[in-house]
Amino acid sequence: MINYARSAVTDWFEGLGRGGILAWEAVCSIFRGRISSRDLLYQIYFIGIKSQSVVLITGAFTGMVMCAQTYFQFHKVRMDTATLAVVSVSMASELGPVLTGLMLAGRVGAAIAAELGTMKVTEQIDALRTLATHPVDYLVVPRIMGTVLAMPLLTAESIAIGIGSGYVVGVYLLDIDPTYLWHNMLRYTYPQHMASGFIKATCFGAMLSVVACYKGLHCGQGAEGVGRATTEAVVYSSITILISNFFLTMLLNQMLPT
Amino acid sequence: MIEVRDLKKSFGSHRVLDGVNLKIEKGESVVIIGASGGGKSVLLKHLIGLTQPDEGDVLIEGQNIAHMNERDLIRVRTKFGMLFQMAALFDSMTVAENISFPLRREKKLTEREITERVSDILEMVDLPGTENKKPAELSGGMRKRVGLARAIVYRPEIVLYDEPTTGLDPIVSDSIDQLMVKVVEKLKVTSIVVTHDMRSARRVAKRILMLHEGKIHVSGTPDEIFSSKDPIVHNFVNGISEEKEHNF
Ligand SMILES: Nc1ncnc2c1ncn2[C@@H]1O[C@H](COP(=O)(O)OP(=O)(O)OP(=O)(O)O)[C@@H](O)[C@H]1O
Ligand SMILES: [Mg+2]
Repeated sequence: MINYARSAVTDWFEGLGRGGILAWEAVCSIFRGRISSRDLLYQIYFIGIKSQSVVLITGAFTGMVMCAQTYFQFHKVRMDTATLAVVSVSMASELGPVLTGLMLAGRVGAAIAAELGTMKVTEQIDALRTLATHPVDYLVVPRIMGTVLAMPLLTAESIAIGIGSGYVVGVYLLDIDPTYLWHNMLRYTYPQHMASGFIKATCFGAMLSVVACYKGLHCGQGAEGVGRATTEAVVYSSITILISNFFLTMLLNQMLPT
Repeated sequence: MIEVRDLKKSFGSHRVLDGVNLKIEKGESVVIIGASGGGKSVLLKHLIGLTQPDEGDVLIEGQNIAHMNERDLIRVRTKFGMLFQMAALFDSMTVAENISFPLRREKKLTEREITERVSDILEMVDLPGTENKKPAELSGGMRKRVGLARAIVYRPEIVLYDEPTTGLDPIVSDSIDQLMVKVVEKLKVTSIVVTHDMRSARRVAKRILMLHEGKIHVSGTPDEIFSSKDPIVHNFVNGISEEKEHNF
């Protein structure tokens, strides 16, 4: 039991270290300018454009449910018109980036881990290396950059549609006064909320893509290895996002006081 | 020149290579034979730095690559071409994209020259007109030939072939043998071939090495090996297995 716990902890730290090395190599490779713009564009297309529906649906329904639930509570104390302000602040600084991050961990993280894992298992990564191409330059960097660039944009979309659908629910379904609702939202939402949302989104994008690439490149043998790498990529990147979100909130609250 | 000194490699508790020593001169054509599961593929992967040895050195033109980092290895690997046992084609790319991958990396040729080189090499491996197929649409033997084309299209100085003719019909096998011989003669490459096909070994090899129990058991010209009196070599090249009790 103790041995098991100890090996789990050392494995975890080893993974963290190797993930860090991978991230560092990726950064070096970016600064050496070894990336092909064609691969990067394809990744942005795959990660950004193809994730539209998931991100929009998540954003819209979260905004709607937030608005309804906040209204049910605020109505009791006659604060109806503050409803959308709550929705917009929480969408901008927490729900937007976190939910987009989690959806991308499931969609993009799993795809990256499965693709790289299969390439590893079928010796395609070895073939790449014999053809004098570094897997980090060719496979990892475009995926990390694509995710890091796409995350803030997708988050912005998710925030916008969350607030928009919240507004619609508030005004047309719950009969809140539209002018005050909108006015209060603008009054209580600060640029700092948006900024912290975008900073978080960028960090989450980096984390989930590094975790997914790491899991793919260090995949075990056979179909089972690929399956496990994919599951672990999703689980670990989701957990990393949720845990780091707390620390980012505390840190950004210090750095960007409202 | 390639030199391997006291190479040892284990996977877990299973020792695969147990002190391999060999020397291959520039322009030489060497065939490595040995039992299935004997570590031939593992040895090839050490020669190109895909696997790091537990002990021992691998020298490529005097440069020790045994514990080199990946960035430096990549520079050394531009000299190499390698055909993998399972071909290892990039399955998201077409045949033409697979073959042109190393050509595009060098950025020396124009698009038209690349297209020409690709169709020439496909002609050489008897697969004309397959440019736009995906690897999944090809048979095992066709994939292997595309892998071969990808390994030699950029004219490397050293080519490693892992079972180039396994799974091919006798006619295509023969034409691949001829291609390998031609590549050695015309382009003066060093070629190292792992094979179970004794006919092909006799045709391609200037020298045959036999890997047995993690060591190089013998090394000699094809004539010496095929007429060897050593029981291990004799049984292997003539395909004689030991008598076994079978009780189903
Ligand atoms: N990545 C690996 N992990 C664990 N064991 C391995 C690995 N690669 C090879 N082996 C082991 O090393 C031994 C030699 O394998 P290798 O593929 O080199 O054999 P081979 O001589 O090429 O056989 P064949 O002629 O069948 O291709 C095998 O017993 C195999 O189980
Ligand atoms: Mg083999």
